[in-house]
Amino acid sequence: MNLPAGSRPHTKPRTISPEALEIVLIGVNHRTAPVELREKLGYTETETENALISLRKMVSIEEVLLISTCNRVEVLVTTDRPKEAEESVASSIAAQKSMPAERFSSAVYSYTGDAAVRHLFRVAASLDSMMLGEPQILGQVKQAYRQAVEAKTTGVIVNRLLHKAFSVAKRVRSETGIGGHAVSISYAAIELAKKIFDTLEDKSILLVGAGEMAELAVEHLMRIRRTGKVFVANRTFSVGMELANRFGGTALRFEEIADTLEWVDIIISSTGSQHAVITRKDVKPVMRRRKNRPLFFIDIAVPRDIDPQINRLSNVYVYDIDDLQGVIADNVQTREKESLLAERIVDEGVFRFRSWFDSLDVVPTIVALREKLHAIAAAELQKTLHSTEFSEEQQQALEKMTEAMVNKILHDPTVFLKNPGNHRNKSAYIDLTRNLFNLDTDSS
Amino acid sequence: MTSALMLVIFLYMLSSAGYLAYFLGQKRFLYPISYGILLAGFALHTGLFIYLYLHFGRMPVHNLHQTLSFAAWALVGAFLLLRFRFHLKILGAYTAPLATLILIAAFFTPQTGQEPSTLFSSLWLIIHILVIFIGEAALVLAGGTGMLYLIQEHAIKSKNPRFFFKRLPNLEFLDSTGYVFIITGFTLLTVGLVTGFVYAEKVWGRIWSWDPKEIWSVVTWLIYAALLHERLVAGWRGRRAAIMAIIGLAALVFTFLGVNFLLEGHHDEFTRW
Repeated sequence: MNLPAGSRPHTKPRTISPEALEIVLIGVNHRTAPVELREKLGYTETETENALISLRKMVSIEEVLLISTCNRVEVLVTTDRPKEAEESVASSIAAQKSMPAERFSSAVYSYTGDAAVRHLFRVAASLDSMMLGEPQILGQVKQAYRQAVEAKTTGVIVNRLLHKAFSVAKRVRSETGIGGHAVSISYAAIELAKKIFDTLEDKSILLVGAGEMAELAVEHLMRIRRTGKVFVANRTFSVGMELANRFGGTALRFEEIADTLEWVDIIISSTGSQHAVITRKDVKPVMRRRKNRPLFFIDIAVPRDIDPQINRLSNVYVYDIDDLQGVIADNVQTREKESLLAERIVDEGVFRFRSWFDSLDVVPTIVALREKLHAIAAAELQKTLHSTEFSEEQQQALEKMTEAMVNKILHDPTVFLKNPGNHRNKSAYIDLTRNLFNLDTDSS
Repeated sequence: MTSALMLVIFLYMLSSAGYLAYFLGQKRFLYPISYGILLAGFALHTGLFIYLYLHFGRMPVHNLHQTLSFAAWALVGAFLLLRFRFHLKILGAYTAPLATLILIAAFFTPQTGQEPSTLFSSLWLIIHILVIFIGEAALVLAGGTGMLYLIQEHAIKSKNPRFFFKRLPNLEFLDSTGYVFIITGFTLLTVGLVTGFVYAEKVWGRIWSWDPKEIWSVVTWLIYAALLHERLVAGWRGRRAAIMAIIGLAALVFTFLGVNFLLEGHHDEFTRW
């Protein structure tokens, strides 16, 4: 308990024994929660940090990781009291987002043990993504992990788990066709644009916000179809200019958006704004000046940038992330085979992690036991050697004998602990061993 | 005679089935087959009219049976004509069944004999009838395009782009095609009305006689004129244009059939039965 100050900034009295730890994952995603709820639950970077630190302080929680993207909020913890930890997480979300837990409880799923591990692997490998195989999610998981490491809320289990998740994701990407296919928001958006516009070649595009997603969408759009001019409107003008240069487009100021609507045809929006960036009032007068030429809004931001009411206007079409999902549903089906392969890679990863996780319980116990016996033997040997005069040879013989005794004594328990038989409760024996030899209180 | 007409109906029916299967099943090879059958039916239908013209020595449009048959012919003709320029394949699934239905209605309409009248032999009248029928057919196609537009628009707006989304062309194309159909139809309708006035002047000595058919024709003409005007001036595109095209179609159908059944006038004999 007397740890050097500063080594673990968020310490609390530890009563958790590592053998009893369980991995628990609680979350909401695009399947369980509508975009309206997800955008309320989304965590900013600072909010994530606060949540990590406050969750880490809870008695039941050992390690914690929080992933928040526009499609999901996932909290992964290691705990010895899964039920309690789940409740802690739910109430933490409720407190942070200042909404009653009942508002989101029906959308929340929770997984324990292998199921939690599998879910995390599937998320990292983009198998759980709205757009199956979309490449951003791995980066987002990595970012979440980095943040948790920086906040010092990860430990041995989460570290190992995440590294395993990254390797599973990489295998899925390189060994299956899932990542390679153009199943993405941009693909769905182009399909839609082709059903609204006769040709895209003379249509200009306005990017609102210079997010990664928007970048991807335009890149995709320009690769598949030639388009007209590209405009980028970003709050930070210099960032917008950089992006505009990459597409040979023009950077605009954020205030110019409303006027631009008169002569652009496709608007792709992905800002981090908490409020609608383009409202019905901005669009309605523009339609008359446009002579009702169609206007297509693609809103890939959560919270949404484009007021959904705009869709009610004649000749204006607004699609948000959830809507785009509907368009690509058919494509996803053809990818089923590839995802079967991916699921197998995930299964393998889960199995490997499980073996490591299981051995984690035994190995430190045996090591501790071995250290304790060796320490006792060494101490007693020292005492004996000090009290009586022995020759060099006699000393060596005594040392050899105690060493051999310790090893002989340890042999059977070690074998037994490593494999107590198929139907026995391993963790119970480990617990017994730890109690029997008083292994937990001795160590610093 | 009857057997030839039955054969035309049969070919149109077959073509309709092909077009509908092409539309529903998305089998590409069905399209040229359906088109070919429709073409064959149209050729036979045309032959039938030439025969009737030679037989009677005047335009065979003086009872409901013949008028309906001619309307079906004009519809298919307009479709085939406009098809060259605007490859709106899916409109075949609208045109062929509609032509089939009109022809079946014609088939079951009794052919009543009538007094051969010198009224029907003028060249002005032939132009009047031909132009107005083909013009109206183009407007019927515009109405159909408007319906397709509204269906597709609804599929996109309701964000449930399942069934129709894949099968129907894009909105901009439907809109511009419908626009061209209306321009074509409107131009022909104008020419048809003018020739009608000229003809009326010749036989009755006055251009305008407050005949219900005349009045409703002008009403219909005004609806389309308003549509075109608004499009050019206020940019009535898309949804509004589609709705107007359908309203115009309703006015057209009423002028064509409703006036003769509900009101009376000197166009009466065309639909007598």
